[in-house]
Amino acid sequence: MKLVTAIIKPHKLDDVREALSAIEVKGITATEVKGFGRQRGHVELYRGAEYSIDFVPKTKLEIAVTNERVDEVIDVVMKAANTSTIGDGKVFVTNLEQAFRIRTGEAGEEAL
Amino acid sequence: MKKLLLSLTLLLPSMAFADSLDTGDTAWILTASALVLFMTLPGLALFYGGLVRSKNVLSVLMQCFAIACMASLLWLIFGYSLSFGEGNAFIGDLSKVFLQGVEKDTLAGTIPEPLFFAFQMTFAIITPALMVGGFAERMKFSSVLLFSAAWLILVYFPVCHWVWGGGWLGSMGLLDFAGGTVVHITAGVGALVAAIVIKNRHGYPSASMMPHNLTMTLTGAGMLWVGWFGFNGGSALAANGDAAMAITVTHISAAAGSLAWMVMEWVKHGKPSVLGIVTGMVAGLGTITPASGFVGPAGALVIGISAGIVCFYATIWIKQKIQIDDSLDVFPVHGVGGILGTLLAGIFCSPNLGIFSGYGFADGIDSIGSQLGVQAIGVVATGLYTAVVSYILLLVVGKLTKGIRVEHEDEIQGLDIVSHDERGYNL
Repeated sequence: MKLVTAIIKPHKLDDVREALSAIEVKGITATEVKGFGRQRGHVELYRGAEYSIDFVPKTKLEIAVTNERVDEVIDVVMKAANTSTIGDGKVFVTNLEQAFRIRTGEAGEEAL
Repeated sequence: MKKLLLSLTLLLPSMAFADSLDTGDTAWILTASALVLFMTLPGLALFYGGLVRSKNVLSVLMQCFAIACMASLLWLIFGYSLSFGEGNAFIGDLSKVFLQGVEKDTLAGTIPEPLFFAFQMTFAIITPALMVGGFAERMKFSSVLLFSAAWLILVYFPVCHWVWGGGWLGSMGLLDFAGGTVVHITAGVGALVAAIVIKNRHGYPSASMMPHNLTMTLTGAGMLWVGWFGFNGGSALAANGDAAMAITVTHISAAAGSLAWMVMEWVKHGKPSVLGIVTGMVAGLGTITPASGFVGPAGALVIGISAGIVCFYATIWIKQKIQIDDSLDVFPVHGVGGILGTLLAGIFCSPNLGIFSGYGFADGIDSIGSQLGVQAIGVVATGLYTAVVSYILLLVVGKLTKGIRVEHEDEIQGLDIVSHDERGYNL
């Protein structure tokens, strides 16, 4: 199992959700986060003076998937979240040791 | 002019009997008193509250509110008497402490004296509340109260007497219709001195300390603008053409100051900002305040544009160049605006400027040069006196409250929890 973590622009959340639903991904966790990458934040104005704001608001998606589906999920997320402008975000993939479904007690891929 | 005449009638009871109550004047000053109180509660409180970080929003609201209460009681106990009692050229007397001798039907000019008391009380309320912006987000609440009270007694009451209570500046012919010196210069200079003494906020200027709620700030700014009609229009102390023109020029200057600041930001930064346009509004209003009863509409337009431009650069200079953390820019907006307006009042009051003409010099003064000289004396005297006394008071208050600044960790946590055990937002 893999955990796909995608940092995307907040306004792309619905597009990504719809695209993942279309390939029948069952669960997504979305979190409002802030951070920076190569974009290095942005500038804000305060009474005539410019201040550099390091952290830009983003949305973090966490998607637990089976090994067979991971490439497909990454591909869908990359396409749906792409605006071809700076700050589109990143996708990270990590190994997922174990998963459990609280209500039924199912474990592993059965729990996804 | 009216204020000067009124101060004379207060000094000479026999003259006061010459007037009878005017219901129109009374109705207008009743209204204006409410408008000026509305400037502080809730106007200034919301304006400042939105500008600080969310962890300090309650502290600013609380400071404005508590100062309003405290200033009101001080005004009753001896503030009014020290400001408007006969006294001498520098301070009033104690003849009217607790409003003794003043009944419902006692007149001050054509309005009841209790109403004049209440109207002037709202000025004593907003002036120390303005200073909150200088030391926001880091002063102990006990120090805020003690400093504000002492400052009212030793700075505001004397200066109010100098200018409006029959004191030396008013007698000299200083034109200050509604508080360029009495309110804006004193508050601006007091805030700047406080910012220097208490030192910069932790992280300033490298860390951005952005306003937490500019919608709140704009709401408060709108209330300030509306309330300012009472501030300047009410200072005519009558429902007449002086009040009408004062309100008109006040509005023109506010609009001009707003747009001037907006354009400055647009040119310099590439975008106009909400905070910019409302700050320009305050600059335009503060600057027209001393001039509002003496200048015409075209003069007010020049004053408003000048306010937006000059206060814009003053703000950048204080914050960026010399890096004094006058947190909410009290001095560059109110102080500089008050200075600029007091000086420009000496020019645009002239009846000899064609379309830019005003309504005449002070009695006994017949040229712009002479009037400007008096205005400059008013600016320097008020500024210097306020600076010295404020500095001494801050040192004394520091001794009494074991330091005026909260602990470093407390500042990081925010004053809402540290000083009041509350949060502005439980979301």
